[in-house]
Amino acid sequence: MKQTLIALVEDKPGVLNRVASLFRRRNFNIESLAVGHSEVPGISRMTIVTDEEELLRRNIIKANLFKMINVIDVQDVTDQPCVLRETALIKVEADAVTRGQVMDVVEMYRGRIVDVGTKTLIVEVTGEPEKIESAINVLTPFNVLEIMRTGKIAMTRGEVKARTNGNSASAANGKH
Amino acid sequence: MAEMKTGAEIVWECLLREGVEVVFGYPGGAILPTYDALSKYKGRIKHVLVRHEQGATHMADGYARASGKVGVAMATSGPGATNMVTGIATAMMDSSPIVCITGQVPTGAIGGDAFQETDMTGVTLPITKHNYLVTHIEDLAQTIREAFYIARTGRPGPVLIDIPKDVQNASIEFVYPTEPIDLLGYHPPAKASDEHVAEALALINSAERPVILAGHGVLISGAMQELRELAEKGNIPVTTTLLGIGSLPASHPMNMGMMGMHGGSWPNNAIQEADLLIACGMRFDDRVTGNLKTYSPKSKKIHIEIDASEINKNVKVDVGINADLGTVLRQINPGVKRVDRSAWFGKIKDWEEDSNERDILQFESPTLLAAQAIRKIWEGTNGAAFVVTDVGQHQMLECQYYSHDDPFTLSTSGGAGTMGFSVPAAIGASFHVKDREIWVIVGDGCIQMTIMELATAVQENANINICIINNGYLGMVRQWQQMFYESRYMETPIYSPDYVKLAEAYRMPGYRVEKLEEILPTMRQAQEHKGPVLIEFVVEQFDNVYPMVPAGADLHDMIRRPHPRFENMEIV
Repeated sequence: MKQTLIALVEDKPGVLNRVASLFRRRNFNIESLAVGHSEVPGISRMTIVTDEEELLRRNIIKANLFKMINVIDVQDVTDQPCVLRETALIKVEADAVTRGQVMDVVEMYRGRIVDVGTKTLIVEVTGEPEKIESAINVLTPFNVLEIMRTGKIAMTRGEVKARTNGNSASAANGKH
Repeated sequence: MAEMKTGAEIVWECLLREGVEVVFGYPGGAILPTYDALSKYKGRIKHVLVRHEQGATHMADGYARASGKVGVAMATSGPGATNMVTGIATAMMDSSPIVCITGQVPTGAIGGDAFQETDMTGVTLPITKHNYLVTHIEDLAQTIREAFYIARTGRPGPVLIDIPKDVQNASIEFVYPTEPIDLLGYHPPAKASDEHVAEALALINSAERPVILAGHGVLISGAMQELRELAEKGNIPVTTTLLGIGSLPASHPMNMGMMGMHGGSWPNNAIQEADLLIACGMRFDDRVTGNLKTYSPKSKKIHIEIDASEINKNVKVDVGINADLGTVLRQINPGVKRVDRSAWFGKIKDWEEDSNERDILQFESPTLLAAQAIRKIWEGTNGAAFVVTDVGQHQMLECQYYSHDDPFTLSTSGGAGTMGFSVPAAIGASFHVKDREIWVIVGDGCIQMTIMELATAVQENANINICIINNGYLGMVRQWQQMFYESRYMETPIYSPDYVKLAEAYRMPGYRVEKLEEILPTMRQAQEHKGPVLIEFVVEQFDNVYPMVPAGADLHDMIRRPHPRFENMEIV
């Protein structure tokens, strides 16, 4: 299971660079990173997916992130019930003959056609990363011209848990 | 109505309010407004003109390590700032609190490759605890406050503040912010949970062969008394890291001395045989662990460390306590029981005796041996000097043969291993250390890396005694070449100037000693002189530092000095 982290960070210039630089410097690998505004003004929220599976290493990554001055809170939600979503825009070759077939596929994946050209369609698919993979596979025979994926975004289900609030003792021991 | 102040003036106002006594720096284009404003603060804050910005950072670092206060270095943009990089990395690796203030090209020119523009927040991102680019004068005072707060709290470290020239020139109604600093994402941990204390105590009180590993954190946390109490109350031997030297007096019967690559064989053996390690404010650096796969295989491990990202980083531990060391020991000590560990101490004693027989202090040599010279320096200073070393053989020999009984009396570049550290760091320390002699122990390679700072030492009449241990080689590298590269001494013989004449050229006293019996009389002359003195020690070229755990080898797999009873006593 790939590690999924949710980080709340200060919305300041250079913070994304600091986070990305930390992963490079510590030799951790980022699979995907999505960032945007959170519910609190001035605080951005990141979903970071790493390729690390081993618990001790995962805790080190988390502790290193948490150590950064601009990082307010980090949760490792890898083993928690979460809603995980990713959106992809997929540009597929489609002329008058194949357009109907592509639209059938898109319907199957509950996707949407968001742009129609004479020889192309842009398809929007949202879902768990596995669903996106599957949609891309099925669309490949029609000739996929471009793919843009947002990377995974995550939110834990149910009640909102209290933030770490500076006591990272439990963070170090993986007792979150 | 608040007074109007320029950004440049605000810099000095804030430094004064932080209690800064001395700033080490070098002026230049982009920091000129701040230097111009210094004219209004003369007499209230001391500025030391260095000869190279690397020296400024080492001086700030040396001052910080000696005083426990934040050291301050200042430089201009571009090359001035990049020259600081080595010093910043050195402070980062050794958790030393310094604040570096650099000028930057005007905000409108940033990103345009202007003259002397370097992206310093980008360059120093991985080697600072935090850094700032101040683009609005309104943020300047609060930023400087935060920088000092971050530098000195938690696990200390360097903070860089990059200030564009137009921000220094701008003016604002200056009101010094007084509200407590509350950073959203920065709350150093305080104390251990009751659960952790109970887990640690259960391990400590049931251990038969425990060892305390005392690191730099003991000194930073000021937990010397608590450490001593843990050792004495629990009857537990202590070994220190390089930067942990001084956390327990060297003469304390529980102190086995330094562990690791050039540590004593008996503390290393004790670690390997232990059934419990109590790691206090240290980070299991590769220089103290050797091969991680075979490191202390029989022991449970307690790790008390303020930086959560160090726990389980190199060595997997059983109880990881992320909090201030002194606080944790005060929580733990009341529950520590005295356990009879005479068998364990007996074993350690045997290992120690074997080492003593191999001690180079017993050797006779036609040439001066560095270890014996350093022991003489210890003798000539009654073991009470503030010693600053550089990096290499002389550094390890200092740790072995200069016994420090007091905390904060050794300053040395550990994690980064920065050659050229000692002379500037000693100059920095001289602005705080007034009640002790300051002695620098430096190799002939190291001194030539920052030798220009001799001018700073003379200019400031810094009361430092510089001992150059001259063996004509980059000694530690030569030792590795001898041991691991079949004695191919590629590029390690190093030419030196005539140091006595060089001292004379810098207008400071210079001496040369070649015999053991010359050392104490020469030291007397140096001790009578107020101001910098240089003494060159011409020592044996082919001596090695023993014992040695080769890089990556098992900690118990030490290369030992040939035993005088069994082997030819040749030095080579």
